[in-house]
Amino acid sequence: MMNHTNEAHEAQEIQEVTFQESSVKKRKIVVPGEIIATGEDFLPGEGARREGQNVLASRFGLAEEAGRVIKVIAITGAFIPRRNNVVIGRVTSVSFNGWIIDIDSASSAFLPIDESPRFINKSEMNQFLDIGDVIVAKIWSVNNRGIDLSLKGKGLGKLEGGFIFRIIPNRVPRVIGREGSMITLIKEKTGCNITVGQNGWIWISGQNLEAEIKARKAIEFIVDKVHVSGLTELVEDWFAKNA
Amino acid sequence: MSAMECSNMTKETLDRMFTEGKRFDGRGLLDYRPIEISFDVSNKAEGSARVKIGKTEVIVGVKMVVGEPYPDSPDKGNLTVSGDLLPMASPRFESGPPKFNAIELPRLVDRAIRHSGILDLKELVITSGEKVWIVIIDIYPINDDGNIIDAATIGATAALRKTMIPVLDEKGGIDYHKKSKTPLSIAKDIFPMIITFFKLGDSVLLDPTREEQEACEARIAWGISKWEGQHMINSCQKGEELAFTRSDVESMMDLIPKKFDEVSEKLKKFF
Amino acid sequence: MQKTHKMTNFKRPSGRTLTEMRKMYAKVGVVPNADGSAMFAFGDTVAIAAVYGPRQLHPQHMQDPGTGILRVNYDLLSFSVYERKKPGPSRRSQEISKVTEWALSPVLDLKEFPNTVIDVQVYILQADAGTRTAGINAASLALAHAGVPMKDLVCSISVGKLDKNLVVDLDKATDFPIAKIASTNEYTLLQLDGKIQPGVVKEILGLADKACEEIYEVQKKALKEAIEQ
Repeated sequence: MMNHTNEAHEAQEIQEVTFQESSVKKRKIVVPGEIIATGEDFLPGEGARREGQNVLASRFGLAEEAGRVIKVIAITGAFIPRRNNVVIGRVTSVSFNGWIIDIDSASSAFLPIDESPRFINKSEMNQFLDIGDVIVAKIWSVNNRGIDLSLKGKGLGKLEGGFIFRIIPNRVPRVIGREGSMITLIKEKTGCNITVGQNGWIWISGQNLEAEIKARKAIEFIVDKVHVSGLTELVEDWFAKNA
Repeated sequence: MSAMECSNMTKETLDRMFTEGKRFDGRGLLDYRPIEISFDVSNKAEGSARVKIGKTEVIVGVKMVVGEPYPDSPDKGNLTVSGDLLPMASPRFESGPPKFNAIELPRLVDRAIRHSGILDLKELVITSGEKVWIVIIDIYPINDDGNIIDAATIGATAALRKTMIPVLDEKGGIDYHKKSKTPLSIAKDIFPMIITFFKLGDSVLLDPTREEQEACEARIAWGISKWEGQHMINSCQKGEELAFTRSDVESMMDLIPKKFDEVSEKLKKFF
Repeated sequence: MQKTHKMTNFKRPSGRTLTEMRKMYAKVGVVPNADGSAMFAFGDTVAIAAVYGPRQLHPQHMQDPGTGILRVNYDLLSFSVYERKKPGPSRRSQEISKVTEWALSPVLDLKEFPNTVIDVQVYILQADAGTRTAGINAASLALAHAGVPMKDLVCSISVGKLDKNLVVDLDKATDFPIAKIASTNEYTLLQLDGKIQPGVVKEILGLADKACEEIYEVQKKALKEAIEQ
């Protein structure tokens, strides 16, 4: 069985800012159209725009000032696929030259047979991946026709054993933590293999059911706490109470 | 919420978990999630209720209209159960002509309510052979986190319990601006509900979450009520593809009275 | 020439003054399965809205390769009104679905989601005048809650004439439902039934603007409360 743990995270670029507390000055919840800051100095980043003197929110989310750039990070909503995202998906059908994968996004995703981790004969496609199987893949292209996936890369491939479940995609950075610290903590405390897809799907596989259930509960505990600081201590407390 | 279907691996893990009597939320296989009932969803309804089982939420309203009796039963009013699987409740539900689940739900609730005897259709006559009351129950799931059928039936029963018969004016039409003082005649100690058993592999469980329900391979919905201390099965429908064994069914017959009493007891505080 | 408006302490049958709105209530996240959802009430009129999307749009021929599509489905629940409404779309609900879509589109930019749909489902649980405006307010909240890129919130109120007085938030049949983009002077919904002088229309828009400011505060609070538990 492949070690899907750290490699999958090394393979991905974390798209969103997670915690860079030294450089982030302020974070606050804003609604669409709300004025975040006033002044020529500020630059509107993702989720924000300039109107005259003001920088306004262009979505509901967490406004963040990092230096002069003001962004609004989404904390709710559907998964927006981007190139290089590592995602977890389910095979929905086998076509003549690849597999159609549901990655829970607005466009369907396709895994071409050429992007398998090793050579797969067209006649053995079903044996390698069949309907209902789960994979961890990388998005290598997002275009008008849809999303193309690849299994070529460290930590990518078919997942076996354990189970998958979904969290709100925008909470993924919190679950992973700064440089993977949070997810590493959970893995250590439960002894489970865990892979977190940017699309909000998470795979857990452990020594026994108790460990797997506990890991899931810990993640759901984190997902609940949207705007809370000192999360690492809270999670360590949680593990102490739920030993 | 995801529209992604259950994966093979999750189904296998749930199978193992159920075999060991475990569930993600820590319940036993035969435990219901907390149930909450509230009323007055709409002040334009003759009666209405909102039921939550865990995160599953269904609202039910009762409207009463004046109509003609069926030709072969001039001394009886009528009961109809209808509604819609609102697309808002789940990424699985779509707008458009009703799919099977949408058609099945009101029919299941109808049979459980009708055969329980909670409503005596003979008491709904206004003028024999000419005018009767028609009781229309409309069921609307608002959020589907599994076990909609059980929630909907509790909602229908609860809404009926709060239903007031509208006031008729001199011309025989309904005057909605007069406040009704007449409750619908309901047998209060009969509380019909549906208890649906679900099966995955060899395990049988109650009140699944949506995640659990999508892994299950079969279900049986039993309409149950209690007549003067005696439990009665009023309806039954098996769904999905896997079969139930004889011993499965016999176990259910043993469990049903206990479960019915347990749930009824929990619901008493809402009335 | 008589003035047709009096901003006095004239009280309406409900006890409200002319510019007093019914008590508003808003809450976000009422449908956990949806990507975004909200409930909005004006007094006894209660609307809920749920948003799913951006998600796949079927059938394929309806897809737009240049942008995502907003699709609104509005309806009354059968028991929301005195005379039971049969489940299923009516002409009125189809019209309101469309004007709701038009009321919301100007604040959305869906070009980054080609070939997708954003489905907004709006249902009225209890109808007591102003149903489409409550629906628009709920839908606007639900879209924001869903994290859809939005320039601003949309606020909607019905204004009109009661006898000779201009009123805000009518109890009875709506004369003049209006929706606007919260912080600009852009109206995204304007409908009218009745008789009204052109000069009075201008005054009415002023009343609507003020009312919408209050609505915006209610919407903003509901969104912020959802996160800051």
